[in-house]
Amino acid sequence: MTDHVHDPTIRVQGLEKSFKDVHVLRGVDLEIAHGSIFALLGANGSGKTTTVRILSTLLKADAGTATINGYDVATQAAEVRESISLTGQFAAVDEILTGRENLVLIARLRHQREPARIADDLLERFSLTDAGSRKVADYSGGMRRRLDIAMSLIGNPPVIFLDEPTTGLDPQSRLEVWSTIKDLADHGTTVLLTTQYLDEAEHLADRIAILHEGTIIVDGTLAELKALHPSAEVEYIEKQPSLEDIFLAITGKPTAASGAES
Amino acid sequence: MTRYFFTDVTTLLGRSLRHIGRSPDTIITTAITPIAMMLLFVYVLGGAIETGGQGKYVDYLLPGILLITIASGIAYTAYRIFLDMKGGIFERFQSMPIARSAVLWAHVLTSVVANLISLVVVIVVALIMGFRSGANVLDWLAVAGILFLFTLGLTWLAVIPGLTASSVEGASAFSYPLIFLPFISSAFVPTDSMPGPVRAFAEHQPVTSVVNTIRGLLENQPLGNDLWVALAWCLGLVAVAYVFAMSVYRSKIA
Repeated sequence: MTDHVHDPTIRVQGLEKSFKDVHVLRGVDLEIAHGSIFALLGANGSGKTTTVRILSTLLKADAGTATINGYDVATQAAEVRESISLTGQFAAVDEILTGRENLVLIARLRHQREPARIADDLLERFSLTDAGSRKVADYSGGMRRRLDIAMSLIGNPPVIFLDEPTTGLDPQSRLEVWSTIKDLADHGTTVLLTTQYLDEAEHLADRIAILHEGTIIVDGTLAELKALHPSAEVEYIEKQPSLEDIFLAITGKPTAASGAES
Repeated sequence: MTRYFFTDVTTLLGRSLRHIGRSPDTIITTAITPIAMMLLFVYVLGGAIETGGQGKYVDYLLPGILLITIASGIAYTAYRIFLDMKGGIFERFQSMPIARSAVLWAHVLTSVVANLISLVVVIVVALIMGFRSGANVLDWLAVAGILFLFTLGLTWLAVIPGLTASSVEGASAFSYPLIFLPFISSAFVPTDSMPGPVRAFAEHQPVTSVVNTIRGLLENQPLGNDLWVALAWCLGLVAVAYVFAMSVYRSKIA
């Protein structure tokens, strides 16, 4: 992979997909660099999830090509699956199993050598050690999401898809997930993130693309996107704490991930 | 990725067996309806039923009850597959480098194991109620074989609503007609007591041949054609249901 550092890890060209009469994707083009966080922004129904499903080999495109890590999603699906991990819109965890059993299950399915050790390491890394032996059905939304992402890291896939990773999370859990995602990219994982929250894209992403009615209408860094707008006007306003600031100030430290929360 | 097929099936089988271990009520509820029917038919209606044989009515009844047990047991298979589809874990598995059909095979084998346990429970209750058989080990193995094929066929059938249903009710409702089928067969009363068209249906539907085969094995009676007809029905069901289920599965996973 090192000799392809300058090739984009994910390359999508002219992707099209229709469901019956609905033309969901009308020619999507994307290039995502190795080790970057790329945010795909768009309203509900704009085709974000469809794009992710095609890239993770769950859906076949009607037209266009997509390669991940040099493998074609349509013709080399098995190799693509070796290279990716998908964290879907709804936490894909087994409710009846414990957190630890979930991790061991995925480690086994990824044919790892020491599933038990991998599970323990990840529980620790995601502050879930105390909750590890509890059934996932008893987890809070944030814990579930953390477990979900932890499951996606098993086997160190070079590419991770996160489909609306913070939808439905409380602000605290949201910050935890954000720091996890940053951490991933720092370790060289390429992250494709879909979101409908503009601030999430602003916080995390190296590049942002806006998907609207099936095509990418803007693609660039945050600075480039900002430059598209008329020059900023200087206004003097009183800086009020946002409700989120207040909430986090009252409820405790924003970054403390506590396994005991429930 | 087929080199991992058996490893993956084993791993996933372990997962769903653990599910069953944590909710043993699925075994109990599977066994309770057939047991209730057995009690009802033996102690309430049985006295008025003339089977023509010399054995006890519970001996006559048990094979049909076993098939009803399987028919109600596979509803849980559809239910478990439905939950996996809906919960997103199915998509996670599908986006991983595993043998893709392993996901279904694990559910199918789980169904076989769960039904086997339910069948044992029902047989134990039947023994308490006075069921006796002179069958030897080979006969019992043959009975187990027929029940296994019947379970396998109905399980692959159950995979289809599990994959396609849009609600929990839809996923398990398909088993009701299957539970009803033994009533129009030789399971409860001999078919020659039935009026013409009903009798024609009863004598040519799969349950009758399967029931007669099991009954013959348990009572040391000659099997005649029933064995071959029953085998043909079971193997045919397995083959057709498997092909259909797999094609539905492929259309679901692109």
